[in-house]
Amino acid sequence: MAKQKTAAATASSKKDRDAATEKKIVVLATDVAKRSLGGREPIVRVPTRAKSNTIWNKKKGILQMGDGAQERQLFNLGQAKSFMQTMLHSSSIKDLIGAEKTLSLRGMFYKGLHTVAGTKEKTFADQDESDGILEDLEVSLGALREELHIFAKKAGTMVGNITIIDSGDEIDCRRMGSGGYAIPSIVEPDVIKFKKCDAKFVLHVEKNTVWSRFNEDRFWEKHNCILTEGGGQPPRGVRRLLRRLNEELGLPVYCLLDCDPWGHYIYSVIKQGSISLAFESERLAIPEAKYLGIRASDYRACGLTDDVQIALNDTDIKRAREIAAYPWFEGHKGWQREIEGLLNNGFKMEVESLITKDISYVTETYVPERLKKKDWLD
Amino acid sequence: MAAKEAVAMAEPKKKSVAPRADAESMAARQRDISVSEFFAKNRHLLGFDNPRKAMLTTVKEAVDNSLDACEEAGILPEIAVIVEDLEPGRPATAKSSRYRVTIIDNGPGIVRKQVENIFGRLLYGSKFHRLKMSRGQQGIGISAAGMYGLITTGRPMTIFTKPKAGQPTHHIELAMNTKTNRAEVNFDKEVKEFPPKRFRDLTPGTRALAEQGGFLTESEFPTGTSVSIELDGKYQRGRGSVDEFLELTAIANPHARFVFVPPSRVTEDEEPDVLAAAEAGAAAKATVTTETNGVIVYPRGVQELPPETKEIQPHPKGIELGILLQMLKDYELAEKGGTLYNFLQERFCRVSASTASSMCDAIGVSSRAKAGDIEPPQAEKLYKVFQESKLAPPPTDCLAPIGVRQMLAGMLKGVRAEFYAASSREAEVYRGRPFQIEAAIAFGGELPGDETARVIRFANRVPLLFQQSACSSFKAVVETAWKNYNLSQPRGTLPVGPLVIMIHMASVWVPFTSESKEAIADYDEIRKEMKLALMECGRKLGTYLRKRQKMRREGERRDVFERYIGEIAKAINAITGDDPKAIYEALLKQAKSRTAVADQLLDEDGKVVKEDLAETDDEGVLIIPDAIAPAVAAATSTPLAPLDLDGKAKAASKRGARKAAEPKAAAAPKRAAKPEPESAARTELRARAAKAAGRGKAGGEDGARLF
Ligand SMILES: Nc1ncnc2c1ncn2[C@@H]1O[C@H](COP(=O)(O)OP(=O)(O)OP(=O)(O)O)[C@@H](O)[C@H]1O
Ligand SMILES: [Mg+2]
Repeated sequence: MAKQKTAAATASSKKDRDAATEKKIVVLATDVAKRSLGGREPIVRVPTRAKSNTIWNKKKGILQMGDGAQERQLFNLGQAKSFMQTMLHSSSIKDLIGAEKTLSLRGMFYKGLHTVAGTKEKTFADQDESDGILEDLEVSLGALREELHIFAKKAGTMVGNITIIDSGDEIDCRRMGSGGYAIPSIVEPDVIKFKKCDAKFVLHVEKNTVWSRFNEDRFWEKHNCILTEGGGQPPRGVRRLLRRLNEELGLPVYCLLDCDPWGHYIYSVIKQGSISLAFESERLAIPEAKYLGIRASDYRACGLTDDVQIALNDTDIKRAREIAAYPWFEGHKGWQREIEGLLNNGFKMEVESLITKDISYVTETYVPERLKKKDWLD
Repeated sequence: MAAKEAVAMAEPKKKSVAPRADAESMAARQRDISVSEFFAKNRHLLGFDNPRKAMLTTVKEAVDNSLDACEEAGILPEIAVIVEDLEPGRPATAKSSRYRVTIIDNGPGIVRKQVENIFGRLLYGSKFHRLKMSRGQQGIGISAAGMYGLITTGRPMTIFTKPKAGQPTHHIELAMNTKTNRAEVNFDKEVKEFPPKRFRDLTPGTRALAEQGGFLTESEFPTGTSVSIELDGKYQRGRGSVDEFLELTAIANPHARFVFVPPSRVTEDEEPDVLAAAEAGAAAKATVTTETNGVIVYPRGVQELPPETKEIQPHPKGIELGILLQMLKDYELAEKGGTLYNFLQERFCRVSASTASSMCDAIGVSSRAKAGDIEPPQAEKLYKVFQESKLAPPPTDCLAPIGVRQMLAGMLKGVRAEFYAASSREAEVYRGRPFQIEAAIAFGGELPGDETARVIRFANRVPLLFQQSACSSFKAVVETAWKNYNLSQPRGTLPVGPLVIMIHMASVWVPFTSESKEAIADYDEIRKEMKLALMECGRKLGTYLRKRQKMRREGERRDVFERYIGEIAKAINAITGDDPKAIYEALLKQAKSRTAVADQLLDEDGKVVKEDLAETDDEGVLIIPDAIAPAVAAATSTPLAPLDLDGKAKAASKRGARKAAEPKAAAAPKRAAKPEPESAARTELRARAAKAAGRGKAGGEDGARLF
């Protein structure tokens, strides 16, 4: 399964990719039709998106999806409705491809929504049901979300020394004002092309508030870089763009995240991929990404006060231990020490905590010093 | 106000000093009280507490007698109950009114010289002095009813009786003299006609029924008796009514046919009824009656009479010391010098010659000793010996249980349910008297689901309508753990659900709690048997309910699958262009075969049973598949409109369309073709089921059968 994934990335033209996706849908539906007419139970194979079916590829340094799959059956009380929904969405996607249009997840929910013929029951109870079916379809068909003509809402921002072309419009990311360029969910080469890049690296920060601090101080200009933000765990569009900047333009990616299990997890997702999107790791993961901070030792190193401490609760502690046990962190001395430091501190620290030193401490002192000293985790 | 009065009353009052009575003056007032006088004053003891109950008791006493007489004479009972309204113009608020109650039977009739004794004397009858199973036992019933009529209206009883086919009918009118406990005959004539013709012309309904040969046809009454009593009463439907009595009597006596002609006017005022309030419970209205112009016919369910019962001698363990003394006296009177040895063998059951001589030894008298010479202390010794002796229990051929088949047939015609189970216990003994307990239950169908179960009680085939909670059977029902059989039962109460529970006690002497024969006394032996019988029925019901649940689940499953198949067919068509109708039908076929259980009927062991009714010859359980209430199915599935797969798949969705029109059981194995509550198919089914149930021997060991 995992092998199919890259096919999309390398497919040259949009037309070819659409034809390939459409074919996959027809194959799936034809199989159901054949089984039905032949008196066999109609099923759809859905590769399992769970930790149990996720493989750590040490050589590539990324998470990959295993071969485990479930059969979605029509004649199973718990699955009958999702089976029907799978067929409905398949047919909707075929429509979209034919009409050369894209829809948001919400749009797809509405496209599939109607009353089941002869009943008062709706085809989808809510958008969550619909979203779940679409995620399953991605893996079942082995097609990417954008190949299914579906986009997610924009949830990332970029500025910096780079000029891109987005759907034919040239965008100079040096002139984005205070708001920045909104990273779309589909950033494949046929949508976004890199025209001219002077930047030497990418600084990715966790949240919009921190990003604004850096942008206001025009950090990207002073340090000749690209500054991105992903609103917490970065959506695929942001991750894919970071990956392209890294892969195609050779820019190193540094992450500035909170010193807490959530921050560590975000780094892990950017670097190795996530369980739910393991099948896309090859296009999304950035094994070279570096963790710049905040570090547990910074409390002392930067001379922070008690005020910035946010106590670890039980879930945090549990989460931290889980992360320490991730195979890619397990044998990593630096990370083991880092997580231990967090647990020993007994508290979390946000990037914003550096503001207690000085408003621009993080942009003028913290990050430049770390970069200079190459003081990061990797 | 009342409180003040009470205080005033409590204060000692000065009494005017009257000369106290002495033995002499009291002696002047001491005299014989006739039984009739006693009962005239204590009419509640006999069930004549109020006008409504008096009406019922009158009908009941006469009907009991008719059934007893018919059975004893080996005649299939044909009984008419006619209530005439004699004051149709009374104001609507009247508490009571005058009625004439007439009961006509095709029994053996009564010989002329006995008429006065039977109808004009209390405590005169043929059933008191014997140990034989019958409805009447005390010799009070019909004369008490006549007496009540006389007291309230001043009118005598009218009797027509024809004891011999082809011979004249006696037409007698008599009134009881309560002082002398003797009848006074006002009118005595021989007439030709029987039954009295005028009843056939009473109402348009009776006329219509008579024309069809269904009412008082002369040829069906070669002999018989007609009793009319005028009384002050009240006719009202509902609990404790004549209607309920007849409905239940018909259930317990499927071999009898009843025609009921109710009065032209029914008392409408639903004033808080003492009776109804006292007898709280589920009022499951259920009768398979046909009604023509107000005349109600309770058809005959089976063609065999209950087996003839034998009279038995008392069992030594079942008598009291006083009775023993009396029996010894009676024996001496009858046999003049008869020996104790012979007395023991002749007047008791289960006493053999050797037992008799060892009993004589035990009390230290020779077997030659005369019964008349036995002194009370010796009798007392004998009584003790009786208690300690190891005797076989009394014979049970004196009992005529209703029988499993007959109970099922009776319930089937009286209660519209989906499931029926019956069980008949072996005979047992209480206080030396044999008795036998039977139980039956009806579940589901048209019975109300959210009320407490209705308990219908019978003693010797007579329904017991009052004092339910004082009755041993009621306690037995409450003590049975119905939860074990998938029913809900709040602690210490009757189970709740669409359930009718029938309990029957057959005995040579039913221990009633009072003369009005309303509740069975609570003997441990009796209650235990009742519980065992109920448990047997309960187990069958529990098994059935579990099976039904499974069928229902499968039905729901199919519903779910069928619901989505149309959508799937359309979606595939949009992607691949395959024919949606072909895919729809292929998937529907799969759905059906995967949920085939929903179409099956299962026996108690979960095996699939053939649906052929005609092959039924087992007993114990009856199931009316068509009656299975769709409670669960209807609640979960939304009404379906016809599916429209581009107008092609309509034929396949007929079922959905029907569901929209009539929420019938998804799991009902045989779906009714018609939406009427009692479809022709169902009536036919009932008829066949009744026939099947009625065939074969009565009361054999019960098996289980579903069809
Ligand atoms: N319809 C009838 N046909 C023939 N014989 C009858 C009929 N009605 C009454 N008898 C005879 O009259 C007798 C007296 O009846 P009655 O109802 O007064 O007492 P019972 O039935 O013996 O006892 P109970 O008081 O328990 O009803 C009966 O025992 C029976 O022999
Ligand atoms: Mg009687």
